[in-house]
Amino acid sequence: MTKNAPVKVRVRGLSKAFHTNGHEVRVLEDIDLDVHDGELVCILGPSGCGKSTLLNIVGGFLSASSGEVTIDGAPVRDPDPRRIFVFQERGVFPWLTVEGNIGFGISGLAPAEKAARIAHYVRLVGLEGFENAYPQELSGGMKQRVEVARALAVNPDVLYLDEPFGALDSITRLVMRGELLRIWEAEKKTILFVTHDIDESVQLADRVVVLSARPGSIRRIVDIDLPHPRDLSSPRYLALRDSILEEIGLAHKV
Amino acid sequence: MSTTPDTRPDVPDPPPEEKRRSWAETLLLPTLTAAALVAVWHAAVVLSHTDVFPSPAAVVRGLGELARKGVLLSYVGDSLARVAAGYTLALVLGIPVGIALGWYSAAARAINPVIQFLRPISPLAWIPVAIVLFGVNNAAAIFLIFLASFFPIVVATMNGVRNVPAMYVHAGRNFGLSTPALFSRVIFPAALPRVLSGLRVALGVAWLVVVAAEMIAVNSGLGYLVIDSRNAGKRYDLVIAAMLLIGIIGLLLNLLVGQVERLRAVRWGFHVR
Amino acid sequence: MGRPVRTDSPSSEGRRARPGRALARRLLPLSGIAVLILLWDVALSTAGGHRLLPRPFEVVRAIGELTQKGFLVKHVVASLFRVTWGYLAAVAVGVPLGIVLGWYRRGGMAVAPLLEILRPISPLAWIPLAILWFGVGDVSAVFIIFLGSLFPITLTAMNAVRGVELVHVNAARNFGLRGPALLRRVIYPAILPQLLVGLRLALGIAWLVVVAAEMIAVSSGLGFLIIDARNAGNRYDLVVAGMVLIGAIGIALDALMRGLERSKALAWGYTAIASAEEPPPDPGRGAAPAPAAP
Repeated sequence: MTKNAPVKVRVRGLSKAFHTNGHEVRVLEDIDLDVHDGELVCILGPSGCGKSTLLNIVGGFLSASSGEVTIDGAPVRDPDPRRIFVFQERGVFPWLTVEGNIGFGISGLAPAEKAARIAHYVRLVGLEGFENAYPQELSGGMKQRVEVARALAVNPDVLYLDEPFGALDSITRLVMRGELLRIWEAEKKTILFVTHDIDESVQLADRVVVLSARPGSIRRIVDIDLPHPRDLSSPRYLALRDSILEEIGLAHKV
Repeated sequence: MSTTPDTRPDVPDPPPEEKRRSWAETLLLPTLTAAALVAVWHAAVVLSHTDVFPSPAAVVRGLGELARKGVLLSYVGDSLARVAAGYTLALVLGIPVGIALGWYSAAARAINPVIQFLRPISPLAWIPVAIVLFGVNNAAAIFLIFLASFFPIVVATMNGVRNVPAMYVHAGRNFGLSTPALFSRVIFPAALPRVLSGLRVALGVAWLVVVAAEMIAVNSGLGYLVIDSRNAGKRYDLVIAAMLLIGIIGLLLNLLVGQVERLRAVRWGFHVR
Repeated sequence: MGRPVRTDSPSSEGRRARPGRALARRLLPLSGIAVLILLWDVALSTAGGHRLLPRPFEVVRAIGELTQKGFLVKHVVASLFRVTWGYLAAVAVGVPLGIVLGWYRRGGMAVAPLLEILRPISPLAWIPLAILWFGVGDVSAVFIIFLGSLFPITLTAMNAVRGVELVHVNAARNFGLRGPALLRRVIYPAILPQLLVGLRLALGIAWLVVVAAEMIAVSSGLGFLIIDARNAGNRYDLVVAGMVLIGAIGIALDALMRGLERSKALAWGYTAIASAEEPPPDPGRGAAPAPAAP
């Protein structure tokens, strides 16, 4: 299991406070986390708990108030093509076609190789035939695929996904989760995935990091020891899901 | 991250809570810039030994002179009065016309070409016609201001009404509103943000036009002051003083409408920070 | 009672139109102008002897006279010449300036308030200074037009840059783009639709300003034609002819710019902006004002 792989992303003592109008809002409190190479880790928490902030800091888009993030031992200061952030589908550039978007980060390559790589990822995410379409002609799910393909095309070490399926309908979401796992198994990337959806986290992750409400701190890290593909009706799946529900303090019945 | 020197240019803000610009910065930066510009201006005047172009100090003295002679207040009053008259007229006529055009799309389609044709014609080009109709006096200037403000108000109102989502209209009818009630309780409130934008634009235009009209067609007001100060004795200090006044009053008028936009009744239609 | 306010897409309208209605639809815009001309003619023909204002066909005749004597071309060219130079200069200065002010937040905060004071000053109010610096003539006129277009263009560019989605900027930085590359590959394409709308509106403003400037400072051009026709003999038919020409060319310029906006490569940005009469809202301050200078 990936547990024995070396640590890729290391977070130590991370805290973050925003200063608005004179007073301080503590958003993250003393986060310690190790993400191993090739792992898929979900960060789960309610809205406002700081999970997106955490991801932004790890990605180099925000600075921490204290503590540090290192990747392969080197501290993170700025965004870097080796660690690509996948936003929701609105991160896709509307002025470029699907091809243009996917090729965005690899413009330095020789034309032949660039074309080959674009074609590979178009196929990987299942968008053959749409190479020359503009994002406004695509559905939300398709745009999300474009963004994932764009991220993968530069062959990053780590992928950060910030509630990437949040804007999609629930059926598309289920499909996309399967797609993500398929791609993950094919490309073997390290993935850090933020979500507020408990089911999503248990379906996808090797480990689920449960954050408390603001200020966000780690309540528990749950190992999901289910092999893929995961049976959503199996007792073990339900047990794991329930334990997280309990951790967050939610009833099992609506 | 905060240990690296910030050699990156200021990037657009990350999450809005990240940075709140302090009041000091918002006031200080432009004030310092203005002070710097004034200093450069002063230096330029001194170093070039010009005897025509005034220094900042001369402009301020000129303002004082105008104030003392009572000219300042009376000219400002004249300009504002003309704007008030023409603008109010445009408001009173323009909003109903705009509503009608917005509601009856057939009428809009018929009238729109006329509006599109008249709009690129500078209000000042109407001066001869205005003089024929009203003679050489205040009424002509007010007519020009009316013309200039009328079109933005009509167009904005028309668009505001046209763009009220059908959803709201259906909801209104669903609750049994008669047409007049529909207008006053649904359509007009929904259109109001756009209408206010048009009003703001129209006020800006009115202010520009009154100054221009006063340069050509009448004998009082800030525009007249600009042209007369030069013609009657190359008093460029007064010219620039008048220009500054025009700019500041224009800015204040704009801020005034901005305040109206901030009222709770209409805030929802604007991104108010 | 009028039809309910529509959220009709053009396609749904097309579906409902029957042949008779389609014809009526196309004639309707013309009817407005036709009615106007009719009223105009009636009003003047009943005005009796002393009337100074011309009837429609007199205006048409006047246009013919101008064409025949070669004045039409001369004045139109003069006005277009000044507009072109002043406007292009404003674009060359205003767009980069606006981009810089929009990108460097502090730069924008420092300068924008000063621009807000300069903007309400009618370009014509600069005439004395223009004449002082450049003398009477074309350069002064071009300078006035330059000034009149500069502020709207700068503010449009600035607001467009400030409105660029943070997501896109971050994504670009994520791919390693910095500085000039970021500007060229992300900022510029992102602002292009909004910028073009602003440029179109600024051209309209430039056209208004040139006419006004010509009424004061030079001796050719359509603005001059209007003032001169009146002063030199109360030729109101020429006055109105001039106004008609101004309106027509104004529409043509606007249509030209709209054609630019519609070009295929830019089609992506126009779902909401396509028929804008006003610039899109300023991300900081409610709807952006777009003053039309006289």
